[in-house]
Amino acid sequence: MSTINPDVTALTAAANSLRRSKPHYGERVIRGLLLLAAVVSVLTTFGIVISLLIPSIEFFTEIPMGDFLFGTTWTPLFMNGEFGVLPLVSGTLVITGIAIIVAIPLGLGSAIYLSEYASLRVRKVLKPTLEVLAGIPTVVFGFFALEFLTQLILVKIFPGIEVFNALSAGIIMGIMIIPTIASLSEDAMAAVPSGLRDGAYALGSTKRQTAMKVVIPAALSGIVAAFVLGISRAIGETMIVTIAAGLQPQLTLNPLQGMQTMTSYIAAAGSGDLATGSIEYKSIFAVGLLLFILTFVMNVFSIRLVRRFRQVYQ
Amino acid sequence: MSTRQSLEDQTQSFSPQSLSGKGTPLRDRIFMWALFLALAVGVFTLAVLLIYVTVKGWPRLDLRLITNMPSVRDPENAGAQSALTGSIWVIAFTALIALPMGIMAALYLEEFARPNSKFQRFIEVNIQNLAAVPSIVYGILGLAVFARALALGQSVITASMTLALLVLPVIIISTREALRAVPRSIRDGSLALGATEWQTAYRQTLPAAIPGIATGTILALSRAIGEAAPLLLLGAVSFITFNPDGVLSNYTTMPIQIFNWTKESREEFQILAAATIVLLLVILLAMNFIAIWIRNRTQKRW
Repeated sequence: MSTINPDVTALTAAANSLRRSKPHYGERVIRGLLLLAAVVSVLTTFGIVISLLIPSIEFFTEIPMGDFLFGTTWTPLFMNGEFGVLPLVSGTLVITGIAIIVAIPLGLGSAIYLSEYASLRVRKVLKPTLEVLAGIPTVVFGFFALEFLTQLILVKIFPGIEVFNALSAGIIMGIMIIPTIASLSEDAMAAVPSGLRDGAYALGSTKRQTAMKVVIPAALSGIVAAFVLGISRAIGETMIVTIAAGLQPQLTLNPLQGMQTMTSYIAAAGSGDLATGSIEYKSIFAVGLLLFILTFVMNVFSIRLVRRFRQVYQ
Repeated sequence: MSTRQSLEDQTQSFSPQSLSGKGTPLRDRIFMWALFLALAVGVFTLAVLLIYVTVKGWPRLDLRLITNMPSVRDPENAGAQSALTGSIWVIAFTALIALPMGIMAALYLEEFARPNSKFQRFIEVNIQNLAAVPSIVYGILGLAVFARALALGQSVITASMTLALLVLPVIIISTREALRAVPRSIRDGSLALGATEWQTAYRQTLPAAIPGIATGTILALSRAIGEAAPLLLLGAVSFITFNPDGVLSNYTTMPIQIFNWTKESREEFQILAAATIVLLLVILLAMNFIAIWIRNRTQKRW
């Protein structure tokens, strides 16, 4: 008994001496400040939701929500203007659709090439080059779509095309989101264990068969997440459509005509000097809310997919 | 004897050559070239874009672009000085706001928060989502909160605060990655020598991560310089022929000036827009090179 006791006291003494000698209040203050900085991001989300919601609610007390969501005429600047958002939604969908048709094959093709075929040296050059595309300001893409694609190329192919048209905006927007789709898809394919590829080769598959039947199915959720994120970026893109697609809200599927999207309406109406309480001012927020909800749902879906994909292979 | 003979026959017919195929099948070769073509389209478009704006803007790519103010009447001599200085003002204050906040938030999430706690995951998902919110929505936030509710109006500081919120998620994400790359042993060594958690973070982890943070931040800021959509809602479209003289001053920026000139019908303005695009791209390129240079120069192998 007596031999154990001193040991225990020595141990507790040692443990005590390891504990910090005095409370570090400064340490706690700093920790609090850092936490505050992290909370700013939550406050930003909160701020976005609140600043969209309050004017939108006021908007919907004047314009019934059904008229807004299902109305087919958007004439906010007329006397007794109508606020049917469908022309803006259809404009957004047509241009996004064109962008997807361009971006998904090109983006996915680039990703497969970079991940499965390119030699290390080729990859080292081409991958950063593709990423430069992601760093070009969207206003530059807009200028390019209007001045180059429409006026030098498309007018020769489609003589009846309008100066402001959905086609040029959609094509250039598709080029813009290639890097988004390519780099996320490539990440997903790179994460597929090489054992799966080796197995396919050992069974006599060619490179193409391995890529198409083994790597892509294995990376599918990551690839779908890349598509969804790309689409969400296309829906939210503003400058290209504002510059190249024109500002007439019309309910049409003809890509050779001008269209207004949700984003370009917000940009056009918001850049004027609208009185804070007016219905036009509030309509910016109502359209913004719709845009935010649409992209939010897609983003959350995409983030979930990526998370699930990571869990499978890690 | 005969069994041995047949065995030898078999080994002869089983030569390595019979294992190799007949070369890559045509379908596979077409597939590969199609993939390469997909990649080439993106790269080719980039090249065409760069050549097009340079050729188009060439007649106006001189010093007048920097020394002269925009003008409606005299496009021959108009420049983009107010847009250039406006961009510099806005970006300087964006960095001043976003950088400390982003680094602090990243430090908290990476060094102090309990890993995989519900709170940490909530903030993480929130930041990921904010990074994908359309930039025009940030413009709406800036318009409602900074410009109107806080009555800061159409000023440099409104634009900077809005852009700071826009790039904050990118800065936080890249800073966290830089911090994560610092090995655990550095922290353990510091803590074992009796340093507190904050001393460890501030004197060991953070300095070791600075190259990574610098790279990520420069890339984030170069995104902010090219951003136009949110500023459309924050008053940058007005016709400005003076340099900002304070944070509450009116302003315009280069992307907005390009946008304004694109809307003009006269060809001189299109040339001016192209010249300003070249100027903007050169600035972005320089920032990217600096970022890559920092990364390569200070790349540490632990």
